Amino acid sequence: MNWTATAVALFQVLVATLVAPLVIGITRQTRARLEGRAGAGILQPWRDLLKLLRKETLQANGVSWISSVGPIIVMASSLLVAALLPLISTITLPLVPDDLFVVVSVLLIGTVAVALIGLDAGSAFGGMGSSRHMMIAALVEPTVLVAVYALSIPAGSSLLSSIVATRLDAPAVILSPVSLLAVVALFVAVLAETGRLPVDNPSTHLELTMVHEAMILESSGRDLAWLELGSWLRLSALLGLVANLMIPWGLATDATVLALVIGTIALLVKLTVFAAALGAGEVFLAKLRLFRVPELLAGSFVLAFLAVTASYLVT
Amino acid sequence: MSVLRLLQLMRRTGRVAEAAPDLPEQWDGVPAALSGSVQIRHVDAGSCNGCEIEIGAVFGPVYDAERYGARLVASPRHADVLLVTGVVTRNMTEALVRTVEATPRPRLVIAVGDCARNCGVFTDGHAVVGSVSDVVDVDLEVAGCPPEPDHIIAALRSVTGR
Repeated sequence: MNWTATAVALFQVLVATLVAPLVIGITRQTRARLEGRAGAGILQPWRDLLKLLRKETLQANGVSWISSVGPIIVMASSLLVAALLPLISTITLPLVPDDLFVVVSVLLIGTVAVALIGLDAGSAFGGMGSSRHMMIAALVEPTVLVAVYALSIPAGSSLLSSIVATRLDAPAVILSPVSLLAVVALFVAVLAETGRLPVDNPSTHLELTMVHEAMILESSGRDLAWLELGSWLRLSALLGLVANLMIPWGLATDATVLALVIGTIALLVKLTVFAAALGAGEVFLAKLRLFRVPELLAGSFVLAFLAVTASYLVT
Repeated sequence: MSVLRLLQLMRRTGRVAEAAPDLPEQWDGVPAALSGSVQIRHVDAGSCNGCEIEIGAVFGPVYDAERYGARLVASPRHADVLLVTGVVTRNMTEALVRTVEATPRPRLVIAVGDCARNCGVFTDGHAVVGSVSDVVDVDLEVAGCPPEPDHIIAALRSVTGR
C-alpha cells in the first residue's frame, strides 16, 4: 500500500468536492451577468446543497431500495472518478490504475444508477428521461474511448496520468492535429455526458425536454443532495481532465507539499476559466432537438475516429 | 441571431436588473434550514393568469429574484415554498392537497393574489371550493389583484433573509 499516493488521491477528492458546487456557481453567475441579471452569487449551489441536507427525505409510494441506494452509488462513482483522474497530480493509485477503461466503467456505473432511479418511481417522465439518458450514454461512450485512445498513442499507455504527463514533458504534442481533434471530440462527449447544452438543458422546467432533470424529479432532501453533488462533481472532474489535457502546466508530478499547493492553485484557475467559458458559451446555444443529438454525437465520434486515423498517418 | 449581433446586443443592453430595494422585515416563522436558499414550485389552483404574469416578471431580468436565493424548480419534491395563485377550483383541490403533501418539510405555502387570499372577484362561483387557506395551511399572503412584483419579492426575501 502506497500511503503517499492514497493521501494525494484523498486530498484531490476533497478539493474537487469543495470546488464542484463553485464551478456550477461560476457557470450560472456568468450566464446571469451576460443575460443582464444580477445573479445569485457563486456560493448559491453550496447554500442549496446544505439546505437540502437539512430537509426531510420523501420518496414516492412503492419505490424499491434502488431509490435509497442509487443516490449513494451516483455520489460514490463521482468521488471515485475525482480520485482517479489526474486533476492535481499525475501520481496514480497503485491498486486502482486510472486506466481509460476503468474511468469509463466507473462513469457508466453512475450513469446507470441515475437511469434506474428515474425508472424506480414509476412516473412517466422518469422513464422517458432514463431512456433518453441511456441513448445518449450509448452514443457517448465509444467517443470517449476512441478519443482517449487517440491521445494515448503518443504516450504509449492508456493511463490518463501518463497521457497528461507526456503532454507536460513534450508540449508540442498538444497542438498536433491528432490531439486537437481528439480533445474537441472529448469535450463534446463531456458536455453530453454531464447533461449540458446543447444536449440537455440543466435549467429547464419543461418535462418534455428534460433528460437529467426528468430522472431526479421524484428525489428530495438528502437523496437529491447526493444526486446534485454527484453530477456537479462529475462535471468538475471531467472539465478538469479536459483542462489538464489542453493546459497541463501546474500539475504536480511529485508528492511534495509545494508541488501539491501549486497543483491545487493551477486546478482552481483552470476550472474557473473553463466554468466561465462554459457559462458564456451556453448563452449562445439552444438545446438541440432530441433526434438531432445523435448527429452531434456522431460528428464528435467522427472527429475521434479521424484523430486515431491521423495518428497513424501523421507522425 | 448571429453570435456577433447577440454580443452587440449584450454590450448595448448591459445590466437590466434594477438595484435591490432595502431588505424587508424578516418574518419570524421562517424555519432555520431555509435561510439563504429557497426553491419554489408554483401551483396555479384556478387563476386568471394575471398573477402568473407577475410571477414571470419576478423571475425575469428586471426584478431578478434569483439574486436573493430564490429559484423556480420543476418538481414539488425539490421545493421548499409553494406559491399558490388563484381560487381553489373543484378540479384542482385534490391536486393542491397532494402537491403540498409531496413537498418535503420544512415547507411554506404562500398564497399570492387576492383570489388566493379571499376568492376575490370569483367568490361564490359554481366551480370554486374556496380560498387557499380553506384547503391547505397558508403561512404567508401577498395581497393585490394582481400583486406587484415588488410585493411578491418582499415576501420571498422575508423568507430567504437576503
